[in-house]
Amino acid sequence: MVLPDILFYVFAALAVIFAFMVVANPFSRSPVTSAMFLVLTMACLAGLFTLLHAFFLAAVQILVYAGAVMVLFLFVIMLLDLKEEQRRQIKSLGLVAGLVSVGSILAIFIRSLLAAKPGEGAVATMEGSTVELGKLLFTKYLLPFEIVSVLLLVAMVGVVLLSKKDLK
Amino acid sequence: MNVGLEHYLVVSAVLFALGLLGVIIRRNVLVIYMSLELMLNAANLALVSFSRFNNNLDGQVMVFFIITVAAAEVAVGLALIVALFRRRQTTHVEDLTTLKL
Repeated sequence: MVLPDILFYVFAALAVIFAFMVVANPFSRSPVTSAMFLVLTMACLAGLFTLLHAFFLAAVQILVYAGAVMVLFLFVIMLLDLKEEQRRQIKSLGLVAGLVSVGSILAIFIRSLLAAKPGEGAVATMEGSTVELGKLLFTKYLLPFEIVSVLLLVAMVGVVLLSKKDLK
Repeated sequence: MNVGLEHYLVVSAVLFALGLLGVIIRRNVLVIYMSLELMLNAANLALVSFSRFNNNLDGQVMVFFIITVAAAEVAVGLALIVALFRRRQTTHVEDLTTLKL
């Protein structure tokens, strides 16, 4: 087994463990712990992106997700004083229903994956260089790119409006 | 065993299932929101691995757009949660039953 394969298994196992700790941490129900484990999951996913030679996306993943988005989450958690939220327990009916539905959807995923064999004959050849990505973004995907910038503006205006003291 | 496309897709499916589990069983709006982010990231992983193994860069461009839209979505969603908390003093979904008949 070569080094990238070992690294894949390490990152994949860590990402799954950390993701489990985000949703069902047995030691703490606090949203802060969930947020911290989500940061670790994002870092592991950035490692997987690097193994897939998507270096630009790995950097963006760290900067935007683990940096900006999670800092926003932590700020909001800090802003809302959530002391009494920790007492409540997960209801057992909801737990059973959730486990059954998620287990069945996972079984469907894995079965269809095994049946379709999407990786047959596929060789890892793509080198996701930033130059190629930028060229594609400013030629073929120019219109979506501009629309996304308008979307960010709309989101910014919406957040300012929602954060006003008296919502009308 | 060599790591191929299936391995990445299995990891992506497991992460997506964990995110869905979080949305179903957790009752705190903030944690539900984090689980949504987890599901978006699982989709990103699937897109990047398809992009690499099909020799097509379009998947990575799609991930770029998903990350941008997710950032905008988080900003608006958290502003909504803050506005909700200011009115109702809770982030627990079972206390937010105004629309229930």
